[in-house]
Amino acid sequence: MNAQVPATTPMALDVKDLHKSFGNVEVLKGISLRAREGEVVSILGSSGSGKSTLLRCINLLEVPDSGDVTVGDETIRMQRTRDGKSRPADQAQVERIRSQLGMVFQSFNLWSHKTILENVIEAPIHVQKRPRKECVEEAEALLAKVGIAEKRDHYPSHLSGGQQQRAAIARALAMRPKVMLFDEPTSALDPELVGEVLRVMRGLAEEGRTMLVVTHEMGFARDVSSRVVFLHKGLVEEDGRPEHVFVNSKSERFKQFIKG
Amino acid sequence: MNQPGFLDVISFGPGGWGAALLAGAWMTVLIAISGFLIGSIIGTFGAWAKISGGRTIRAIADGYTTVLRGIPDLLVIYLFYFGGSAAVTAIGRFFGSEGFIGFPGFLAGALAVGITSGAQQTEVFRGAFKAVHKGEIEAAIACGMSRALRFRRIIAPLTLRHALPGMGNVWQVVLKESALVSITGVAELLRQAQVGAGSTGMPFNFYVVAGAIYLTISTFSGALLQWSERYFSRGVRRN
Amino acid sequence: MDWTFTLETFISLVAAIPLTLQLAATSILLGAFLALGLALLRLSGVRVLDWFARFYVFVFRGTPLLVQIFLIYYGLSQFPAVRHTMLWPILREPYWCAVIALTLNTAAYASEIIRGGLVSVPHGQIEAARACGMPRFMVFRRIVLPLAIRQALPGYGNEMISMVKATSLASIITLMEVTGVAAKIISETYRAIEVFIVAGVIYLTINFLLTRLVHVVEYMLSPHLRAPRLRTPVQGESK
Repeated sequence: MNAQVPATTPMALDVKDLHKSFGNVEVLKGISLRAREGEVVSILGSSGSGKSTLLRCINLLEVPDSGDVTVGDETIRMQRTRDGKSRPADQAQVERIRSQLGMVFQSFNLWSHKTILENVIEAPIHVQKRPRKECVEEAEALLAKVGIAEKRDHYPSHLSGGQQQRAAIARALAMRPKVMLFDEPTSALDPELVGEVLRVMRGLAEEGRTMLVVTHEMGFARDVSSRVVFLHKGLVEEDGRPEHVFVNSKSERFKQFIKG
Repeated sequence: MNQPGFLDVISFGPGGWGAALLAGAWMTVLIAISGFLIGSIIGTFGAWAKISGGRTIRAIADGYTTVLRGIPDLLVIYLFYFGGSAAVTAIGRFFGSEGFIGFPGFLAGALAVGITSGAQQTEVFRGAFKAVHKGEIEAAIACGMSRALRFRRIIAPLTLRHALPGMGNVWQVVLKESALVSITGVAELLRQAQVGAGSTGMPFNFYVVAGAIYLTISTFSGALLQWSERYFSRGVRRN
Repeated sequence: MDWTFTLETFISLVAAIPLTLQLAATSILLGAFLALGLALLRLSGVRVLDWFARFYVFVFRGTPLLVQIFLIYYGLSQFPAVRHTMLWPILREPYWCAVIALTLNTAAYASEIIRGGLVSVPHGQIEAARACGMPRFMVFRRIVLPLAIRQALPGYGNEMISMVKATSLASIITLMEVTGVAAKIISETYRAIEVFIVAGVIYLTINFLLTRLVHVVEYMLSPHLRAPRLRTPVQGESK
């Protein structure tokens, strides 16, 4: 079931004309992307198309050279330094917005010195300053939801890759984010572990979570997402509902891409 | 009285301490080299004992490295300096000598530095031998090389290559440790600086200059070691 | 072996242990803060600060500790200006001079160990913290530092043992810690071997206990590296 939302639904995320270069290489050449609340947007593209950079620019893990990122109704304010570089005007605002975006990394990035439960409650307690008891209860519910409740007192190194990624998803959810960002969440997993993570993500989509998913999983893009965005060389090459683009895309490159 | 300036400390003219300090630096290098060589010999035997010795020999080697790594170097120098004097005095008495015979400070220092650095070199050589690829030794066996030939042509050169960086570290430690030998009165660099400081009343100048000379020696010998490391590790991939 | 003499020596040396421990503990503790500062300067990305820290480490690792001790204890008193400052009551005391020299010295070595620990923290875990909206200092305090400490601990343990050994040099500027008392007994009696054994046993014991302590701390800090402790979760239990 693809999650489709009516056109009147408010925007959860609005990215306008994003540019980003590393040295002389221009990775993003002006990308605009919007996601309404409850939409699941799959971002596809070959390696080097800039899809991971796009995601990392949205929560400012990379600082975009120009362009606007708006989460909910708050736009991240940027300024220029004297030597012309772009940087956030207000670091506290960046930190606040980051806490509204749940990021799931390709390599999980769970904190290795904390147990699974401690990983999940870390940011809610210390960044969002919520009461510990409430955070623990919510964390336990989230761990049960992703199916690893019994692993709460284990350390990340004791878990399989699939379990670690599910814990990372729980960690991101614990901040009650407006938008979830997934950066190739299944690419580092052994093939037999991919399914368990995709199942959790599918469940989140069905709940009506707003999700931006950089992925290579065609099945997920086709069956779960409400929109598919195909990036090529730093530009949006294709953007539409999966049942349209997968059947009659005008882009030769996209057709080539989905043929594999 | 006219206070001598900073440069007089290192001048070579009359009243200057340049020559004395340079002689001290030379003595420092001699002590360090002697100690390092003694340590290398001990280290070779120590590593051999740890790798292929029987249970008793291995236990002795383990005890040696554990003890020497756990006690201060200064204590070892005291042991050799005073212990040596006591020993030669006892021997002298046996041959009818009455008075006290001092043990040469240089010898005590070189031995003490050698024994302490020997413990470090034992570990360096042992680690280096372990790093030698077993396949290369097997290839030598397969070629029909005798045990001795294998050691001389294959194992020793390969071990040495792996040992060079560690030996460089030990050398730097030995160089600094040689300063402790000044307590025996040997006219090495720090001792000369002490004498100069005492007779001019300018300890700061002398110790700064002594420190600078140590720094120079260690920097130059470090560069030399790096060069030889590169020279001897041709064909060895570093990670 | 003369047991009465050995026992008397033992009693005298045991009385000197507190001073040895005090010197080591004070300088290790103060040195740790200085070392953290130096490591942060190295990683600051500001070239001037980076070069300052590099130069500091180069000087203090390239010169003998004894020269550093002499420079502070004897060298600074050369200047009348120093003798009239508020610091003079401190710089006049051999104890504080030894502590200062040991602190400055260990900071140079430890800063490299800490820097190694800090750069070993996986970048992804730092990114994950930033992605959660943690401010810079919170990322450092809650994620980077605990992981770095765990990583640096074995190396730091070795440095602590070096410091315990290094306190022996304080005896050269008249402090009566274990080596100081041992040297005094040796020079009075010339029975170097017995005194050496007793002092050696004391240092070995201190360093053995220190090693065990570091291991215990290492164990406590690395539950994530051990096999999981299986436990059924209890509902509503807060950890």
